[in-house]
Order: sequence, then structure tokens, then C-alpha cells
Amino acid sequence: MAIGRPDSASRRVARGVTTVEPDHVSGGLDVSVTAVKLLIAGGFGVGKTTMVGSISEITPLRTEELLTELSVGVDDLAGVERKTTTTVALDFGRITLSRHLVLYLFGTPGQDRFWFMWNELSNGALGAVVLADTRRLDTCFPSIDFFERRNIPFVIGVNRFDGSPAYTVDEVRHALDVDDVVPILVCDVRRRESSKSLLVALTEHVIERSTVSMG
Amino acid sequence: MSDDDDHWFDEEAGPLVRPYAVTGGRTRAVHPELDLITLVVTLQLDIRSWPGEPEYESILRMCRAPTSVAEISAALKLPLGVVKVLVGDLIERHQVMVRSSRAPDTTMLQAVLEGIRRI
Repeated sequence: MAIGRPDSASRRVARGVTTVEPDHVSGGLDVSVTAVKLLIAGGFGVGKTTMVGSISEITPLRTEELLTELSVGVDDLAGVERKTTTTVALDFGRITLSRHLVLYLFGTPGQDRFWFMWNELSNGALGAVVLADTRRLDTCFPSIDFFERRNIPFVIGVNRFDGSPAYTVDEVRHALDVDDVVPILVCDVRRRESSKSLLVALTEHVIERSTVSMG
Repeated sequence: MSDDDDHWFDEEAGPLVRPYAVTGGRTRAVHPELDLITLVVTLQLDIRSWPGEPEYESILRMCRAPTSVAEISAALKLPLGVVKVLVGDLIERHQVMVRSSRAPDTTMLQAVLEGIRRI
């Protein structure tokens, strides 16, 4: 799988000051802590931030990036007063898995005009949960296309909404035209246990995929 | 001079100019390896020798425990690009070290799985 960037961590640590004692930091995390990232994708209003909030140990945080800088790559602010800028907001949560491991969950921007942000988001991501709303299944097509093209493992969570048609998993699989190996789960991301099940299924799927690819 | 149509502080100029004031107008990080979940750890909290913006001090205080670029951005309410520039400055001054995500191996993936099952 083309995820992560080998050797990058050791190179960077070597360049920094290396005389850090393990008890240097507070907060219960070792300095050798590793961060991993999973994405929560799907159409606008499908419940991405709800899922992040239901399982994160912190209230979902919001960070933002500016379109002008990423799309144009300006080096300075000359002429900026004439440029149009767009701000894209990302909601994310954090789960401390152990002293050595912290998991970040990032909701992907729900609107097509924010595709430029997906490269940074997907870089190094272990995998993704694609949330689907059976009232408008087509809104998750772009996410599925993106992860398939990038060879990023994903699972599909069919989020239950009041009044949404109750399709079977097979019907959803057929409608979304995804591979048989892609897990599809019915979920209610307002519930912590349901969100957790999605993350477990995703991580199991990532492990399965990596085992297969390593032969 | 009193032309209302020619106003510097209009809405279009604001969103980009204000956040980047703290970087002296620099918008591109010198350290392209910094990403959303790069963890920043303070090595040296001494801020007396640092005459710069108060944001540097905020970052150094936050990162006494490993803190991601995204969290710094959220806490300081600054765009990611600005935070990357500021963290880059602190790397240059050896006041922080950073740990970027690495390619996952089976051991790490198993640890992630076990961690999620425990929550």
C-alpha cells in the first residue's frame, strides 16, 4: 500500500535535538508516541462530525486551511488584496490508544469544492470510513472513487436516519458497486459503540489488506 | 481620500491577511514534511530569548505534551499553513522536535486495533 512515507520519522527525529528524556513531557504520553490517522468521509450532512464526536475523547476540534495558499502556492502576500480566498474547515477528534499511540479522526470536507484538501488529508491515512445515507446514496460516490483510486482501504457505514429506506447490505453493495471484500455495516453514528464497531471493522480490513499485499 | 469604495479592510482582504500577519507574510512552510498529525514536542521552553509573536510561546507551552499540528491550529485559531510556518521557525531554533507519521507495519496496525477495542 502506498501509505505513509518510509524513513521520514527517523530522518526528522535525527535532525531535531535528540537529547529528550522520556519524562520530559507531561500528559501521559511518551515522546516516542506515534500518531495515526483515519478519515471519516461521505456526503454533506451524513454524520461525519457526529461520528467523530461520539467516539473522540475530546469535543471535536476545528482547524482550517485557506484555498489560495494551497491552490496557488503563493510565496508572499503581494497582490493578495485582489485574490479571492476560501476557508475550508476540518473537524477532527483524538483518541489516545496507549502511551505510545494516538489516533486522530478527521472528517473530510463535505462539499465538492473542497477537493483540494483531500490530498493532505489522505496522505498517511491508514484508511477511511465512508458514511452513506440511503436517502441519497449518490453523495458518497465521490469518496468511494477517491479511496479506490488511491488504493486507500475503506469500509462503508450505512448510517440510519429516521425515515430512511431500509435496504439490505447486499442492496447497498450493489447500488454502490463496491468490491465484495469491502465491509459494509449498518450503523448509528450517534452511538459510541456503533462508531467503535466501524473503526474496528476498518482496522481489521486495513490489516487484512496489508497482509494480502505483503503476500 | 474619503472614497468609501477604496477601503483596505474589506471582507475580501481579511481572511488571508490577518492570519499571516504573525508569520511576517510568509505562507509557505520551510518544512514540507509537516502535516496534520505531525506531533510537535517542546525541547526548550525558554521564551525569553524569543522576541517574536506570542503564538510561539503558546505553541511551546502546548507542546510540552506531544501535540499535533492540527491541534495547535485549532487551539490558536490559526490556519494550518500559518502553524506550519511557526513550527518550522521553532524547529530551526531547536526549540521543538517533530515526529511525523510513518508507514504502518503489522505490529502498529495490531496495536491500533487493540487500542480501539479497549476504548
